[in-house]
Parts: sequence; structure tokens; C-alpha cells
Amino acid sequence: MSTVTDTANTPATDDAHGHDDHHHHIPKGITRWLLTTNHKDIGTLYLWFAFIMFLVGGAMAMVIRAELFQPGLQIIEPNFFNQMTTVHGLIMVFGAVMPAFTGLANWLIPMMIGAPDMALPRMNNWSFWILPFAFLILLSSLFVEGGGPAFGWTFYAPLSTTYSGDSTALFVFSVHIMGISSIMGAINVVVTIFNMRAPGMTYMKMPLFVWTWLITAFLLIAVMPVLAGVVTMVLTDKYFGTSFFDAAGGGDPVLFQHIFWFFGHPEVYIMILPAFGIISHIVPTFSRKRLFGYASMVYATASIALLSFIVWAHHMFTTGMPVLAELFFMVATMVIAVPTGVKVFNWVATMWRGSLTFEVPMLFAIAFIILFTIGGLSGLMLAIVPVDFQYHDTYFVVAHFHYVLVTGAIFSIMAAVYYWLPKWTGRMFDIKLAKLHFWCSLVSVNVLFFPMHFVGLAGMPRRIPDYALQFADFNKWISIGGFAFGLSQLIFLALVIKACRKKGEKVSSQVWDGAEGLEWEIPSPAPYHTFETPPLVK
Amino acid sequence: MTELDKQTSDDKAAQSAALSPQSHGKTVAKLLAVVVGMFGFGFALVPLYDVFCDITGINGKTSDEAAVYEAVEIDTSRMITVEFITRTNTGMPWEFSAQTKRVEVHPGEMAEVAFYVRNPVSRDIIAQAIPSVSPGTAALYVNKTECFCFRHQPLKAGEEAIMPMTFYIDPQLPEDITFFTLQYTLYDITASADEAEVVALNNSLGR
Repeated sequence: MSTVTDTANTPATDDAHGHDDHHHHIPKGITRWLLTTNHKDIGTLYLWFAFIMFLVGGAMAMVIRAELFQPGLQIIEPNFFNQMTTVHGLIMVFGAVMPAFTGLANWLIPMMIGAPDMALPRMNNWSFWILPFAFLILLSSLFVEGGGPAFGWTFYAPLSTTYSGDSTALFVFSVHIMGISSIMGAINVVVTIFNMRAPGMTYMKMPLFVWTWLITAFLLIAVMPVLAGVVTMVLTDKYFGTSFFDAAGGGDPVLFQHIFWFFGHPEVYIMILPAFGIISHIVPTFSRKRLFGYASMVYATASIALLSFIVWAHHMFTTGMPVLAELFFMVATMVIAVPTGVKVFNWVATMWRGSLTFEVPMLFAIAFIILFTIGGLSGLMLAIVPVDFQYHDTYFVVAHFHYVLVTGAIFSIMAAVYYWLPKWTGRMFDIKLAKLHFWCSLVSVNVLFFPMHFVGLAGMPRRIPDYALQFADFNKWISIGGFAFGLSQLIFLALVIKACRKKGEKVSSQVWDGAEGLEWEIPSPAPYHTFETPPLVK
Repeated sequence: MTELDKQTSDDKAAQSAALSPQSHGKTVAKLLAVVVGMFGFGFALVPLYDVFCDITGINGKTSDEAAVYEAVEIDTSRMITVEFITRTNTGMPWEFSAQTKRVEVHPGEMAEVAFYVRNPVSRDIIAQAIPSVSPGTAALYVNKTECFCFRHQPLKAGEEAIMPMTFYIDPQLPEDITFFTLQYTLYDITASADEAEVVALNNSLGR
């Protein structure tokens, strides 16, 4: 077998060698990070960037909650409130959740499939380093005269075409850059997984995080260009006199919603499929059992991805669609509950009669399973057409997507960080601090988002800086929960900084008792270069 | 390489790919083709949407070309109520109202209605009316032989006008539709109208 390993090795490490020819040690200083083509460095950059954006977007959420603490207008102008809801959404979606998953992909996919690096390391450097500029542009738009984008992260026409300020051009430009970054990242993931798997790593042996990311990458490649198209149309409608969405010129504003949600619905699965992969790693480890139903997990992920292309109009039930179309989109949406249900069932079945222990990643994973399911169920309620007529644009929708994105996507990212952080740093993180972070987050996130269901059902509209007096008590609680959740994340920040400073007990390469996978076979901390000789997977 | 042949085809794929960086290039090229294709698809959705709506009528737009009245048989067994609603887009100062608020017609029967417009401000304005039928499925069966919405409508400052519209309902109209609403929205398109049109408006001696 040695011949095989050798031949497989030589070209794949070309880049690594080219890199090594210049410096045989880890480069130091700022240029290490600026010029790096190392998947671990780039993963780290993505994760820190995502974390900083999470705090920035979170600060905007704090502004929103401060304004909504009491009825009436007291702290900020309505126009600034709209900018906050808009930019909070954009930053959390494109700046926090997506880059965090890309960071995890960079760190983990090569280690999980036994590859020395990502397939396209230089493009990898680019796809990260254009991202800070995209967000600098977006954030700077807040300081333009007339303010930043205030039309909601969904930038519906004509809000974004007719009624928007001059910062719209900056918004469009920054979304283009984010899109290019995501597409490059996704291409890199696909090429790496297709071409760089270690000998014996067949598709049906790939770890689920790799599988879910492969499918996510295809979703990104399919829909990010559509987003680029629709922002371009907004740009030309606003500045160059086209009429894509202007009825007077023969266009149709409803068309905007169709194109946007054709991107937008797969986008929400882009933000959750990698989470499914993460949970499918953590639950078996701390149940000390193999994952229940590996193959069904793969097929369920693929079917969710395929179905995501035919449900977009469930965001548009109130635009006046024919009843038949409404029925189709309602049923198609509900069908997605089946593969998602398979996944939840499999996780629970994995835990069933396992020898469970409740280390911090497992705590987050279990919280994910329960709370994500709550978010999924409110999604099913919203899928029912007549019910959606009442819930549309209320806080019920806000509650729904924050349950799936915060206690879903974000909790899974935190679970992943706690799970793989010891592998990255070689030290166990501060467990007491981590448990404090978990319990504070768990309690506060529910105080924050659960009452939103109630005010939503009672008719409180979203994206409005004021509300009727009967919502005052609930909103006070929501705001308190919001501040507590925001502060809890500073515990996480402290913990990660402490871990990066190599505080804490050294860990073995295995780290966790029941952990399985190639990444646990390399030493902790993971060396700068791994799998320069591909492992043989049996 | 002989050992390679013994591997499963999947292993081979993984290895030979790792062997030759140009196979990365092939994969990248294919993926880039998808990216370009999907960017194009986003724009292709625009005409596709129009065609889809023309066929199904789901966005409630009536045809923007005059229909020729064919001597269809008037279906006297049914009476259809048509209501007319008018509105002006934000920033459009014209007064705009339907002189006939509602008509009852048999399918196949011609009907004529009129709309009143006045330009109350001191500048000349060119307008475009956009129709919308609700429920949208009825839009396919509204055949207009003449409509002010087919053309730009110029009015000088202070002018007023009566704008006629004649139509008949296709007898193929589904049985379950007995009532529909036709709404016109007036848009101020002076800024985007042809320069020639604006000049013509300025030179015209009134209607």
C-alpha cells in the first residue's frame, strides 16, 4: 500500500510544499494572517470574524430591544430603528452564521477527510479577506447622509428601489462581495470533498459534517448567484432607470419577492444543514453509540436541500396568490417536516439507551434538538395558509426564525466550538465558565424569544419601533432576556480568549471518550500541517 | 499505479484527483458554469414570470394590447358584475375616478365605461395607467378593444379629460366567477418618458 500512499501524497502537498519552501516554520506576525493559505489559519480567521460580527449584530439587537423596552418612542428615531433591524439581520445572516460555518468547514473538512489542506488554498485566502471589506462597506453605509439601508434584510421592492436612500448602492456592493466570498468558499468545499478524500474514504463513509457541508455548498453555488442577480436588478431599477420591479414601466414588485425568496429559502437551509452535521457528531460521542441511521441522515439532508427549491412562495402567501398555488406551497413546505423529523428521530434514537454524559458540547446539542424542534414546529404553523394570513409580519415570525437561527444555528456553532476547541488549542477550556455560559444562554434565550410567540399571536407587528400598550409587559421581559443573552456571550468571549492563550489542562489526541473520526487521530493541538501523507481509511 | 487499479472506483477518484491538480481545474470549471448559469437564471426569471403570468393571469394584469371584437355568442344565461376602482401612485397628484363604478354585463357583450382625470398642479405630466384584476384568474378573460391604459396619457397643467375604455368578457370565463374588480393605478412617468413625448405635450394646443 505504500506506493499508493506515496503517489497520492506528492501532488496533493504541492501547495503545502510551495508554502514550506519559503518558511519551514509557522510564519509570524500580521503577514501570517494576511497571506495565509493554511486551512486552519483561515478557519480561525473566519471564526473570529464571525464572532466579532456576532457581537456587532448583537449590539444592534440590544439597541432594538432598548427601544422596545417600553411603549412609545424614547431612544432612537424610527428611521434609525429600521436601519438597526435591517443591518442586524444582514450581519447575523451573512456576517455571523455563514462565516462561522465556513470557518468550521475550513478547520474540519480537511481533517475529517484526511486531506492536507483545502483544494484551492489561495482562493481560500481571497474568499476570507474580501469579507471584512464587504462588512466595512455595509457598516459605513450607516454613516452616509440619510442613513444606511432601512428596508429590512429582505430589501423588498419598492422599499429598496423607490423609497431607499443613497446608501443603497453601498448595500448592493457589499452584498455582491459577500456573495462572491460565499461562492468561492463553497466551490472550495466541493472541490476539496470531491477530489481530496483520503484513500478508502468513500462517500458513504464521510462524516456527516462533511456531507451536510457538501450539500450546503451546492445550495450556495445554486442560489448565491440569484441573490447577486436580484441585488443587481435593485441597483439598476434605482439608479439606471430599468423597470424590473416598477409597475409603471411594465415590471412587477411581486416579481422581486419571487426572485428573492427563490434565493432566500435555500438560504435558510444553508444556515441550518451544517448545524445538523455538527449535532450528528456530538450526540453519538457523548452517547457512546454509533449514530442511528447514518444513511437516512444523508438522504434526509439531500431531500431537505432539494425541497428547499420548491417552497419559496410560502413567504408570500399574503401577496394574493391563486388558491391552488397556496395549497401547493403549503403542502410542499409541510413535506419538509418529514426529513427533518427523521433527523430529530435519529438523534433521539442515538441517545436512547446510550451511556450519556453531559459535557458542554452535549448540553448545547441537546438544547439544540429541543429548541430547534420548537422553531420547526412554529414553522409548520406558519406553513398553514389561513394561519399565515394572521401571523404574517408579526412577532410570531420573529420568534420562529430566531428559534431556528439562534437556538438552532448559533447553538450548534457554539456546540461545535466547545467540541473541537480542545483539538484546536490542545487545552481543555474552562469548564466552569462554559457551563455558566450554557445555562445563562439557555435561560435568557428563552426569556428573550419565547414571549415573542405570545405577542405575535396577539398581533404585534414586526419591524415597528413602537407597540400597543397591552404588549408592554411581555416586551419588558423580552428586552431583559435580550440584554441577559447579550451579556452571556461575553462569557463565551472570555472563555475563548482564555483558551487561545493556552490556559487549561492539556488534552489527549482523543479529547473526548467516545469521539470517532480522523480529526481525533491527529495530536492536540492539531499541527499546522496535517495529513501530508493521506491516512488509509478502512 | 497497478495497485491503484485494485482499489474501488471511488478510491481511485479520490486519489487520481489528488494526483493531478488540473482535475481541480475541471471541477472548478464545472462549478463556475453552474454559478454563471444560475446568475443568468435569476435574470431569466423576469421574462419567465411575465410569460407565466400571461398564460395563467395570476398577477391580475390584463393584456396591454387591444383585442379585436370577434362576433362571439352573447351568453345571456349569465350576468357578470364588474366593479371599477381607481387609485394614484404615491406622488402622483392627478385626480382620477371612475365615472361608471360598476356594470353588469353578459359574457360576450360589449360595454363602455369612462374614467375622469384632472391634472390639478401647475406642471405638465405624462401618466401611465396599470390595470389589475382581482381575482387574478379573471384577467385572462377581460378583452379590451380600447383602453387609455394602452398608451401614455399626457395632461397639461390644469387640464382635465374623460378616458374611455371598452371591453367584453370572454364567454369562456369560468362559471364560478360572477364578480370581479378592475383597478387602475395611475403612475407619473414624466421623468422616464421620451423627450419627444414631453416636447409634444409642451407644444400641443390642448386636447
